[in-house]
Parts: sequence; C-alpha cells; structure tokens
Amino acid sequence: MYSRAYKTIVSAPPLLWVCLFLLLPYALMFAHSFWAVQDGVLVHRWNLANYQKLLTNPLYAEVLFRTMRIAASVMLCSLFLGYPLAYYLSFHSGPRKELLYQLVIVPLWVSYLVRGYAWKTILGSEGVLNGFLQYVHITHEPVSFLLYSPFAVVLMLTHIYTPFVFLPIYASLEHIPRPLVEASQDLGASPASTFFRVILPLSMPGLLAGATFAFVLSLGDFLAPLLVGGSSGTMIANIVQTLFGATYDWPLGAAISVCILLITLTLLLLTERLEMRWSFK
Amino acid sequence: MSSPAIPQPASVDANAPLLEARAVAKRFGSREVLKNISLNIAPGEFLTLLGESGSGKTTLLRLIAGFEQPTAGEIWMIGERLDTLPPYKRRVNTVFQNYALFPHLNVRENVSYGLRVQGAPKNEIPGRVDDALNVVKMAEFGAARPSRLSGGQQQRVALARALVNRPQLLLLDEPLSALDANLRKQMQSELKALQREIGITFLFVTHDQEEAMALSDRIALLRDGALEQVASPREIYAHPATAYTAQFIGQTNLLHGEIRRSIATCGVLRWPLDETDGAVLFSLRPETIRLSPDGKRQTHEVKFRGTIRQQIYGGSSELLEVDCGAGQLLRVRLPACGPLTGDHDFVFSITDAIRVAD
Repeated sequence: MYSRAYKTIVSAPPLLWVCLFLLLPYALMFAHSFWAVQDGVLVHRWNLANYQKLLTNPLYAEVLFRTMRIAASVMLCSLFLGYPLAYYLSFHSGPRKELLYQLVIVPLWVSYLVRGYAWKTILGSEGVLNGFLQYVHITHEPVSFLLYSPFAVVLMLTHIYTPFVFLPIYASLEHIPRPLVEASQDLGASPASTFFRVILPLSMPGLLAGATFAFVLSLGDFLAPLLVGGSSGTMIANIVQTLFGATYDWPLGAAISVCILLITLTLLLLTERLEMRWSFK
Repeated sequence: MSSPAIPQPASVDANAPLLEARAVAKRFGSREVLKNISLNIAPGEFLTLLGESGSGKTTLLRLIAGFEQPTAGEIWMIGERLDTLPPYKRRVNTVFQNYALFPHLNVRENVSYGLRVQGAPKNEIPGRVDDALNVVKMAEFGAARPSRLSGGQQQRVALARALVNRPQLLLLDEPLSALDANLRKQMQSELKALQREIGITFLFVTHDQEEAMALSDRIALLRDGALEQVASPREIYAHPATAYTAQFIGQTNLLHGEIRRSIATCGVLRWPLDETDGAVLFSLRPETIRLSPDGKRQTHEVKFRGTIRQQIYGGSSELLEVDCGAGQLLRVRLPACGPLTGDHDFVFSITDAIRVAD
C-alpha cells in the first residue's frame, strides 16, 4: 500500500497539468463565448449574441460545412490509402516489414510547414505538376484549380494524416492472431472472403481510431488552408484565427471554438462506443 | 457421446489409402524440417504423429492442411493431388492448438462459418450446426462468445466447427495440450469415442507418448524430421525398432553389449543368443524383470543378483533402481510390494530383451 502523502505527490503534477492547460483554458473559452466586445474592448457582459450571430450569418455555417466536407474527404482518402498499406505491411511484406514501416513513419519527422510548402511547389502554376502536364502535352497552359482550392487542402491533409491513419490500423492488424486467418481458409474461405469476414471486422477498432484521427485533426487544421487553400479553401479554424488575431473579436471566436469542440466531443464519444462494440477481448 | 449425428464421408476403397505422403521434404532456409517422409493413412484410421518439439510433426500437419508448401515430394488424397491446392480447396479440416475460434462470432456463428463461406443451402445450416453442437455437448452455449468459454468448452466448439464440414480427414494439432490433466484424460476418451462413432479419419499431433498410446490405431514417431517408426501402439511398445523409440515410448533399460560365439554379454548379464558376432544393443522394459524369491530360473530366463539403490512408490507399482554389480544400474518395475532393501535375485526372459538399432 502507498501512503496518502506518496499518492498526493505522484498525482499532483498531472492533475496540475490538466487543470492549468486543459480545464482552465476551456473554462476561459467557454466564458468568453458569452461575453462581448464594445468599441474594441472586451466587456464581461453575459449574452447569447455570439451564438445568435453564428446561427444567422450563413457565412459561418457555409465554412463549417465546407470544413466538415474537407475533413470527411481527408478521412476517406487517407483510409483508402492507409488501410491497404497497413494490410500489405502486416500480412504480405515478409522480411521487408521493418524497413517499410520505417519508411511510412519517416515523413512524420519532417516539419508540417516544409511539407506544406512542398505541395505549394508541386501544385503551383509554375509548379512541378503543371510543368509535367505541359511537357507531356496533356495541357497547354497551367491548370489553376490545382492550387488554392479545397482539392489542394484535401490533398495536402491526406498526405499529412495518412501515417496517423496507418498506425492504429497497422497495430490492430498486427494483433490479429494468424491462426484465425488460417482457420478461416481451413474452413473453406477464399482470401477475399477471409478478409471481409475475419480481418476487416477484427481491425475495426484500429480503422475507427484512424478515421477519427484524420477527421478530428483535419477539422481543426488552419495551416493547410492558409498555405494551399486560397479563399475557396478557407476552413473554420482560419476564421477563428482571424477573429482572435486581426479582428480582435475573441467572444465570437470562442463561440465558434465551442461549437467545434462540441462536434469533436460528440464524434469521439460516438467512435468510442463503436470501438467498444468491435472489441472482443 | 450421443447418436451419430454426422454422416460418414463418401465410402472409398477400403484398401486404398485416404492420404498418401510421397517422399515429402520441407526446408525453412537451410534448416531441414522434414526429410523424405512417406506415409499412408487408411480411411477411418486414428493416426498419431508423435515427436519431441522441433521434430517436424506440426510442419507435416501444416503441409497437409495447406498452410505450408513442401520443398519436395507430393501429397495425394484419394486420387487427387493435394499439395498443389490452396488450403480452402482441400477437404481437410483442422482443430488448432489454441482453438483459433473467431472472437467476433458467437459459438453458432463459429460452427456455421465453414458452411456459410462454402455456400451450403441456407435451410440446411441450422440443423447441421445443431447436430455438430450436440455431438460435442455444447448445444446450450450457441449464443456465447468464445471468450466466455473455458478451455475445454472452446476445445469442443473447435471440434464442432471442423466436424460440421464433414471433412474426409480431420487434423488435430496438439488439441489437448492446453487443458489441465483431468480434463485432458476425459477429452481423450471422448475424442476416441467420437472418432469411432463418426468414422472420420483423424491425424493427431502430440508430444505426449501416453496420449498417443491411449488414442491411436497407429503411431508415427518422428525424430529430427524423419520417420523413426510407424506401428500400432502395442507393436511400437513391444518391439521398438531403435533405441530412440524404446526410450521415447515408455521407460526402458538400454543394454550395450556384444555377441561372441552365440553368447550375448551386457556387463554382468550373459545369455545364449544364436546371432552373428558383433556389438549389440538391447531394450529391456523395467516391468519384464521380476523378483525370484527362491533364486531359481527357468531355462529361457536370465538371473542376476542386485542391490536395491532406490525405490520409488507409484501406487499400483514400485520402480526400483537396482545395482547388479560393476556399477551397472537397471530399472525394475514390480507390482506394489512394500519396502525392499538389500540384495535380491531377479530374472527376466531372454525374449524380452529386444534387440534395437542404435
């Protein structure tokens, strides 16, 4: 048994951390969302005007829906890239497994900004992709929709978050006992049938975790739209950033943040439920 | 077990082997796991692959199931080349060592899996699943998840899941090794009864020689990837071909000696034996030696006097370690007889000293 003093000392730092850097900021954000700005000065007058603005001004809803659409696209794209990759690595890569695994992880060590600028270079009108397209005579002048569009944002975020999707899926595939795969084949199931009846259901927790990562991380992203999104690729976090920075309307920014937080929490609760449904230990 | 719920597989020519391994070899890298294995399994037979860990017995099973490809040789099943087919096209089912039940499916779904993936008629499936669950006495656990079942119950479900497909050959990979001793004994006798009842050919893998003796029609003893001896339990025990077999199956005394002018000499023991001169090795089972209270022997017997060094009480029998002079120790098994000390006369029959290859 540990003494009371010992328990207090050990649990104090994490508790302090959670209070200082999570609970307190959330509380402040929540409070701000009910305050107001008058003549450029924050006033602590409780009201619902910020939320009213969010509901009445269609701009916010439009950007929020676009953000969710982009996040959903990123989620789907990175699942379609990450799952087959994880499946191949886990089941069919043989002795190259370790090397390939490292190759998937390496991009995570490269700065987000560097990767963002790389996409700018690739997609721009003077960029590598346009140069190539003109060189092989597919197009005759630079294609403009590549850069500064929702497409560019989805492309860049997919590139960045695919490893995050890959990792939990790979982990859950690695945890599938191989005799289960053999048992399925032994009972007459073809490899395809084995995949859909055994491997996919048993990797569901990893798939859900990966999908959540991609969606939630994309939902709050503001660098990708800033770098490659243009005005048509603006996302909700850009608006929050503007409200906090340039416009100095913290209450409205906080109200939007509360909305994003609620969406994220709902999503996390939902996937946790689903993950429980799909775990069998 | 209950009434025969699972019909016998299509009848085949009784003389033709069900499964034939022809000069099968398997190599993992530079390691030779199986060397030139030729083995026939008769329809309805209970054949056990017995061997130490690393002897290749599980590899041979996996070759037959299709999880590994032989490096050389062929496997045939009733006129069909087996080793070129993928596992899901073989009419062979496996009971895995740790059962390998699907954790996301309940007992019924596990048992019906094979029927569903092979597209059995939908109206047939529930009945066949019921039958299979009845055979293994698991009918009331249909809705349970495997994680809720004990090891013995999981074992039964794994058996039902394999049998429901009416395989021509059932492969069992150390299916009882995860069970505790009592349950193991009970499952052994149930397994044997079940096999007799449904008449499916069993190929059983174990490292436990007692289990092999208790269950099998024939035992194939593997040693370092090669077949050491294939024979019925009685035959392999009474007439082991090699010293390895004699030691692996039951206990024995190995007597190193030589034959000269029709006399076999092994340390202090001598007896007439009409064979060519040379070095020789005998296996003498401990229970073939008995006490000779009056010091007499028959003409076909060998008598020796020995000092009892150790006595181990085993309930119905006693195991003695007897020093018969010049440091030669023999193990002797006697019916329970109470404590013994000092010197005694022992005899054994000449025919019980089985000549074995080194």
